[in-house]
Amino acid sequence: MSTAGTSESSRIDGQSQLGVGATLRRGFQLSPELKVGLWLTVGLALVATVGRVVIPFVVQQATDNGIQAEGGPDVGFVLTAIGIAAGVVLVTSLAQYAVNVRLFRAAESGLATLRLKAFRHIHDLSVLTQSTERRGALVSRVTSDVDTISMFVQFGGLMLLVSSAQIVLATILMVVYSPVLAAVVYLCLFPLVLLVRRLQPVLGRSYGAVRERVGDLLGAISEAIVGATTIRAYGVEDRTATRIDGAIEAHRRSAIGAQVRSVMAFASGQTFAGVTTAVVLVVGTVLASRGDLTLGELLAFLFLVNLFTQPVLMATEIFTEMQNAVAGWRRVIGVIDTPADVADPGADGVVLDRGPITIDFEGVWFAYPGGEPVLRDVDLRIEPHTRVAVVGQTGSGKTTLAKLLTRLMDPSDGAVRLDGTDLREVSFASLRQRVVLVPQEGFLFDDDLAGNIRFARPEATDEELALAITELGLDSWVDGLPHGLATQVGQRGESLSAGERQLVAIARAYLADPDLLVLDEATSAVDPATEVRVQRALEGLTTGRTSVAIAHRLSTAEAADLVVVVDAGRIVELGPHRELVGQGGVYARMHRSWAAQQSSG
Amino acid sequence: MSAPASSAPVPRPVADRAVLRRGLRVIWGGMRAQRRPVSVAVAGSVLWAAATVGTAGAIGWLTAEVVEPAVGARRIEAAGLWTIFGVLVAVLVVNVTGVILRRVYATIAGFNLQADYRQRVTRQYLRLPLSWHHAHPSGQLLSNAHADVEATWQVFNPLPMAIGVIFMLVIAGTMMVLVDPLLAVLGLLVFPGLFAANLVFQRVMSPRITRAQQLRAEVAEVAHESFEAGLVVKAMGREDQETERFRAKTYELRDALILVGRTRGVFEPVIEAIPTLGTLAVLGVGTWQVSRGDLEAADVVQMAYLFSILAFPVRALGWVLAEIPRSVVGHDRVQHVLQAQGGMAYGSAALTRVSPASSRLAGVTYAHAGEERPTIRGVSLDIPSGGTVALVGPTGSGKSTLANLTLRLVDADTGSVRLDGVEARDLARGQLPASAALVAQQTFMFDDTVRGNITLGEDSDDEAVWESLRIAQADEFVRSLPAGLDTVIGERGGTLSGGQRQRIALARSVWRRPRLLVLDDATSAVDPSVEQAILTGLREARGGMTVLVVAYRLATILLADEVVYLEHGAVVDQGTHGELLGRCRGYADLVQAYSREAAERAAVTRQEEGS
Ligand SMILES: Nc1ncnc2c1ncn2[C@@H]1O[C@H](COP(=O)(O)OP(=O)(O)OP(=O)(O)O)[C@@H](O)[C@H]1O
Ligand SMILES: Nc1ncnc2c1ncn2[C@@H]1O[C@H](COP(=O)(O)OP(=O)(O)OP(=O)(O)O)[C@@H](O)[C@H]1O
Ligand SMILES: [Mg+2]
Ligand SMILES: [Mg+2]
Repeated sequence: MSTAGTSESSRIDGQSQLGVGATLRRGFQLSPELKVGLWLTVGLALVATVGRVVIPFVVQQATDNGIQAEGGPDVGFVLTAIGIAAGVVLVTSLAQYAVNVRLFRAAESGLATLRLKAFRHIHDLSVLTQSTERRGALVSRVTSDVDTISMFVQFGGLMLLVSSAQIVLATILMVVYSPVLAAVVYLCLFPLVLLVRRLQPVLGRSYGAVRERVGDLLGAISEAIVGATTIRAYGVEDRTATRIDGAIEAHRRSAIGAQVRSVMAFASGQTFAGVTTAVVLVVGTVLASRGDLTLGELLAFLFLVNLFTQPVLMATEIFTEMQNAVAGWRRVIGVIDTPADVADPGADGVVLDRGPITIDFEGVWFAYPGGEPVLRDVDLRIEPHTRVAVVGQTGSGKTTLAKLLTRLMDPSDGAVRLDGTDLREVSFASLRQRVVLVPQEGFLFDDDLAGNIRFARPEATDEELALAITELGLDSWVDGLPHGLATQVGQRGESLSAGERQLVAIARAYLADPDLLVLDEATSAVDPATEVRVQRALEGLTTGRTSVAIAHRLSTAEAADLVVVVDAGRIVELGPHRELVGQGGVYARMHRSWAAQQSSG
Repeated sequence: MSAPASSAPVPRPVADRAVLRRGLRVIWGGMRAQRRPVSVAVAGSVLWAAATVGTAGAIGWLTAEVVEPAVGARRIEAAGLWTIFGVLVAVLVVNVTGVILRRVYATIAGFNLQADYRQRVTRQYLRLPLSWHHAHPSGQLLSNAHADVEATWQVFNPLPMAIGVIFMLVIAGTMMVLVDPLLAVLGLLVFPGLFAANLVFQRVMSPRITRAQQLRAEVAEVAHESFEAGLVVKAMGREDQETERFRAKTYELRDALILVGRTRGVFEPVIEAIPTLGTLAVLGVGTWQVSRGDLEAADVVQMAYLFSILAFPVRALGWVLAEIPRSVVGHDRVQHVLQAQGGMAYGSAALTRVSPASSRLAGVTYAHAGEERPTIRGVSLDIPSGGTVALVGPTGSGKSTLANLTLRLVDADTGSVRLDGVEARDLARGQLPASAALVAQQTFMFDDTVRGNITLGEDSDDEAVWESLRIAQADEFVRSLPAGLDTVIGERGGTLSGGQRQRIALARSVWRRPRLLVLDDATSAVDPSVEQAILTGLREARGGMTVLVVAYRLATILLADEVVYLEHGAVVDQGTHGELLGRCRGYADLVQAYSREAAERAAVTRQEEGS
């Protein structure tokens, strides 16, 4: 399989381009829990709403026909009414409680699922795609962006349904009382609908901007936290503070801006409600004076108008909240819908048997997105049981080669084959078991030493762990640590020295026991004596195993079966150390300079 | 993969009885800090409250004065209609103005406070010592600066409305008392009821909110760490395992939030029901009084009406009360950062010399926070002005720690660290970085352009930047970048190769023309020939520099006038390379490891060929 052209790697979408409706649909689809038992919740909410409408009605009855009954207050009637009202209050409260709890449960379950999906998908994205966004901003996609949605899914969506129901109910009653006045109300409503429709996209954009500012903010803060040492060392606290302040200010502005727009939406709703009342009273008075309406009917109608405008106002609020939620959703969906371009073939994937491994690079080209080719027409065959050293100048493409070899990236052109199978067809589970990379910049978790070494094989027993450490000759180091294997390594492993971190990364890969071990300058910070010791141990253990080591210290190349010399993206020399030294080419020069450094002592 | 041991003590749930009081104090503090917007918002809220009460009054008045006569007379003048419309619109204008002022300025106050506290929190991050940073997970700090600050000040959204509601309650309360004191007292009993309900609520809610907010931070922590580890996770195929780790925390957060929701779920209907029940009580007692002839029926009706218009606004009061525990918890978590002690103290001394700096460490001992064994044990080191000292020692022997001590990135526990003879602690802030530069072992790049990463925001002509790039052997590849010096290199310099990053970091230091340059294994990712070129360039440019270099490679060590050999945090020997080679076993073993290895290998090969 060979694709032409440069590699097209996807970028993480700032936010998905879906419309509001499509975003909501997709959102609900991603969080199926939101729909579970929804109808019962709606039913209960309707009960609560009816209760809220009935209570003032009963109270009104009690005053009109009880207290103000002709011929003195009717105590019995009032008490009955109070009893009924109290009963309704109880039912309403219970229904409301049930609604609240059900909504909270559905919302939080749904959002937890959404968080998980986004998190998992971010890990499924290729390393190149991941690096198109700052880590802090990625964190915001699974934290605050999701939190933004919660308000809406907890109350908003349901209130929208209930409000609609109330609007329908009020409309029917209004029409029954006075079709003319009902028409007047709807006429007043019309401009509001137009206005809200115009405001919606504006609000959507504003809230979208807020979400992006939050991402920027977290990115800037995270840089200051992770880069604390550098910032101290160069005394650039002030400059960093300025950068952070910029992000804080941008967020403040956009948040206030969005909120002001939402206030305008609300205020227009309020204006509508007020104007409607005024117009209804004016028109109603005219009708009443002509005898088309009694005074009682007019006053009752005013009550209905209130019943009608309340949910309309509520709806404008919810639409605003919805735009906020949609902005959060779009960011989360944006990341979930970013295609994972270095994807696991999954169930169709080939599962390879374990054992000695053969690697073939066939006409491999690679270019980073938007850049010149970094690897050009690389052909390389690595036989089983070979120890390969890859050397070359900085920036020549060694790490790129290693990443293609372990399928962290796919070639732009050509193919990498493992035992004859294109890497793109090998299932990830099988691939990661057989091939392990120790990257140039390793990463340790905030855990103890044992936990970190076990990372790739949590099921390894204590004996296996101890054996691996002994075999690598690291036992004296581990024993020298204050708490041995239980030593906490701190954040990113920062409580260890740089060399110690590399030792842990090697032990981790070693315990994983792959068929092909790829070491990308894995011992660059380790002292020479320890390096030689670890190297020997690995050598002894890697006989039988295939290994590829990238190193600037040419001691590694001296010990290898095959030396691959990369220069400006091409393999320029290939062969055993002694042969290449004899050729007097690039490698011979490099080695001379290395040897000169060594012997000058 | 969580490590409770290393995360910081988290603020305990506050004593519940105090929550309301403390919450009010937080709110009061915020109101004072944002006096102007809060005043406007409160004024708006009062307008709104007055207009809300006024609307009901206006409709009543219009009905009595205009509508009823018109219906009675079976005709209406245009003037009458204009009166209706005019009065209602006037009230409406007041109402809408009030709403806009209230909500806009409440928003402004709330977000100003958030921005202000974010600034304070991040200032702390920049001020606090590195040991503090070590003790706090990045994700937690991120959460403190974002989610916790937000939680603290979210209460400002409903706050002005609640204040307006209080105003309404005062109006309504006064009117009730005027109508009938007995009924009013009965009605106002509602408020102690609300208060009691709220107290119970706060008590139950506080620990739950505390936990939820803590879990929010933990979720952010796991996500941050996991995304930072992205490459390793992928390279080892541990996506499932990481997802499981995230799932566990996410589900804990979910359950905690559901618990919070359950509590709110009880509270809200109760808060809503209490005023209604009050209305019913007033009606009952009122009817009884009317039947006894103590009261007019109309008075009871008016009383009931006053109650009914209060029902909704009282809920707004409930919202503020419901926000208070969250606000207090967020505030506590933020204060935990703001009140952290131990920032570095600075003196007022200045470095005035222009010649290469001299550096002197005497009897320095240092133990990392939480460690019993000191990492550096009684080290004395003398780097004369213009000299080059190489620091050599096995992995983990304390070289980086010593380099950091020299530049006062950390303070020694005992002993003295001097620069140009001045005690480092006595130097004014910014003096040390202005004279000395460190190329750290682990390079850190900002998400900025190449130029920005070198000048770190200071003004510079490009010539000086190119010059430092040349010394660092980075000019060639920077020139080939798409936008040269203006190329953005991505977070942590992700679009560069390891050696390229290291060279930019080197150029960053060289550009500063420091009088003391500390190189901590700064060429480990560079190939030998480039390293040679860099060292030569440094040697030429070195005229004005004192250099402390941590190195393993002989070529580097040989540049030094003196070599200091370190083991287990103590100086074992020092002298020239030749001297040490002759008399220090550990040193010889270390620096000759490669050549010995090569020799042994050659011997083995010869044997193989011989046999
Ligand atoms: N993510 C990226 N986006 C764009 N360009 C990149 C990216 N990563 C590396 N490059 C470029 O590709 C080229 C090869 O990089 P690579 O990391 O493979 O070099 P290397 O041989 O490993 O160098 P070193 O010895 O310094 O580690 C370099 O010029 C580098 O700038
Ligand atoms: N933050 C920390 N907390 C506790 N111990 C630490 C911390 N940082 C370093 N150490 C320990 O102090 C010792 C010295 O560390 P240091 O980084 O100074 O070593 P180094 O000589 O620079 O090693 P390398 O050659 O690997 O860079 C190590 O054993 C390390 O585990
Ligand atoms: Mg590399
Ligand atoms: Mg170090």
